[in-house]
Amino acid sequence: MTYHNPPTTPRTSATFDEYSMSEIRRAAATGIYDIRGSGAKRKVPHFDDLLFLGASISRYALEGYRERCDTSVVLGTRFAKKPIELKIPITIAGMSFGSLSGPAKEALGRGATLSGTSTTTGDGGMTEEERGHSEKLVYQVLPSRYGMNPRDLRRADAIEVVVGQGAKPGGGGMLLGQKISDRVAEMRTLPKGIDQRSACRHPDWTGPDDLEIKILEIREITDWEKPIYVKVGGARPYYDTALAVKAGADVVVLDGMQGGTAATQEVFIEHVGQPTLACIRPAVKALQDLGMHRKVQLIVSGGIRNGADVAKALALGADAVSIGTAALIALGDNDPRWESEYQMLGTKAGAYDDWHEGKDPAGITTQDPELMKRVDPVAAGRRLANYLKVMTLEAQTIARACGKNHVHNLEPEDLCALTIEAAAMAGVPLAGTDWVPGKSAF
Amino acid sequence: MPTSNLATVPVGVQADEARIVDLAEVTLRDLNRALHDPREVARDSAWEVLNPKGCHALAVGVDAPITVDVRGSVGYYCAGMNQSGTITVHGSAGPGVAENMMSGTVIVKGDASQYAGATGRGGLLVIEGNASSRCGISMKGIDIVVRGNVGHMSAFMAQSGNLVILGDAGDALGDSIYEARLFVRGQVKSLGADCIEKEMRPEHIGIVQELLDRAGIADVKPEEFKRYGSARTLYNFNIDNADAY
Repeated sequence: MTYHNPPTTPRTSATFDEYSMSEIRRAAATGIYDIRGSGAKRKVPHFDDLLFLGASISRYALEGYRERCDTSVVLGTRFAKKPIELKIPITIAGMSFGSLSGPAKEALGRGATLSGTSTTTGDGGMTEEERGHSEKLVYQVLPSRYGMNPRDLRRADAIEVVVGQGAKPGGGGMLLGQKISDRVAEMRTLPKGIDQRSACRHPDWTGPDDLEIKILEIREITDWEKPIYVKVGGARPYYDTALAVKAGADVVVLDGMQGGTAATQEVFIEHVGQPTLACIRPAVKALQDLGMHRKVQLIVSGGIRNGADVAKALALGADAVSIGTAALIALGDNDPRWESEYQMLGTKAGAYDDWHEGKDPAGITTQDPELMKRVDPVAAGRRLANYLKVMTLEAQTIARACGKNHVHNLEPEDLCALTIEAAAMAGVPLAGTDWVPGKSAF
Repeated sequence: MPTSNLATVPVGVQADEARIVDLAEVTLRDLNRALHDPREVARDSAWEVLNPKGCHALAVGVDAPITVDVRGSVGYYCAGMNQSGTITVHGSAGPGVAENMMSGTVIVKGDASQYAGATGRGGLLVIEGNASSRCGISMKGIDIVVRGNVGHMSAFMAQSGNLVILGDAGDALGDSIYEARLFVRGQVKSLGADCIEKEMRPEHIGIVQELLDRAGIADVKPEEFKRYGSARTLYNFNIDNADAY
């Protein structure tokens, strides 16, 4: 009688998982690192790891639909003659014309305007359709200075000096040649069809002392009317926030690693920067240490998806949040209706991130005239407005449940954390305990 | 926001004389506000600024065909984003003089610090002394004439326009250059990535001659210059060029 060892179940490696092996094969075949859009896809501690406590005997709730819960926010109250007043604490983040189609930019403006909030230009300058359909438009000053001119600076409602972004703190950008249409090329003063690089540092200032003077110049050109934002990636949030305040910012925009980009190396997106959740408390502490919390407003972005995320960011001390990827999804990005076309591109709805290639079936991250037609700016703007309305209602619901008559009255004391990591990052107790890792003994 | 001790900038003595603004008595804010006011610049087309004492952001955002003569040296970003104005610094200029200039003319009688003419889109910048590093960085259509030398990394990522250097250029001239034209009369210490010497054809002689004429330089011949520009090998990403990225 022969004896056979029973076979073991085939075992794949946790280290060399399916994705890692596919990436090794792709790199070996092409010799090129992977470039993609969107933000970090790895699982990191996030707002889902926090819970609101809600009202109880010691905290009484506000009546839903009856007792007012305000959502307005004023940005730029420190120096600007004309601060921006928003009806909701959710803004649309900077995304470039070039990376996005003209109809998509128009839709963002329409949706933001319907909701009483602002939208933001991007690397590539201000388009007429964007300005025309955005009641409140924030104009970005980026290292490339593509499309930069004093006329647009003056007709903006606020100005955002971009030092970094969460997807790639310390990195520049590249708009590949296939997305460089005649119009994009003209706006960027470069020939059609060539890769357009965006530098990682500004061309005319280096460091916080220079930034202070650069902000002075912008204020002088715009006669001190416009709020000046400074946007930083989630790298060293305490010091970056403090230095932005020192440099004279009215508003600090803090973008965590889940924040999206049009195109960057995968390795950069997934391995540089900190999760949004980890960035907020250090930034708020910097503002508090300087006596500037609520005087210099803090906008947080990177992975905001729903009203709970909004409420949690505000409870941790932000004045507003900003959305980019979520806004594109609301417009129709990665919609299953285009599934067959996503599959032809070797991907699937929900996973499409080759935004730099200009082949977006949804017509959003493209300059292809035929694909662009798939975005109806009016209908897409309406969808964005609906989505913003839902997020706002959700945040109000939570705030009322915590007994707050303004979403800004939410506070860390309203929160607990589900994991030790989230508790440490957010500076709130682990659920069921009074333990705040790093601050108190267990 | 800074406050001023004067409601308005004093008007010049006579209509045909330059309107004199003394920064020892008037704030920078009041000066710039007046330079942005259409009524003020319609009334006075010639301005003279005294006692700049290195102040930053002087005469930024000018958007009128006026002349501004600054009697002394200035700090950062003098004449930034100038449109149509003719601004002369009778001294030296700090970093970023005429940054993002759209049109008009800026003249620096002395030396200029880093980033002179950065991202400029039009107009003419003349530096009669030397320019420090990164002169013409990311220039997008501006013409720059430097009578002396320029520092390292000048014309980095220069997109379009002309940079004429009568003296020498430092390290890495024209690194990652796009379509800008560089003309150097003296020595180039080294060229940056994708920047090469190119043939000086008749049309280039004409371009240099015109810029020398506009800069008021008559003692130099355009034939004495060499031309540099992009080899265009980095225009589209190619992994085989990884060493250059």
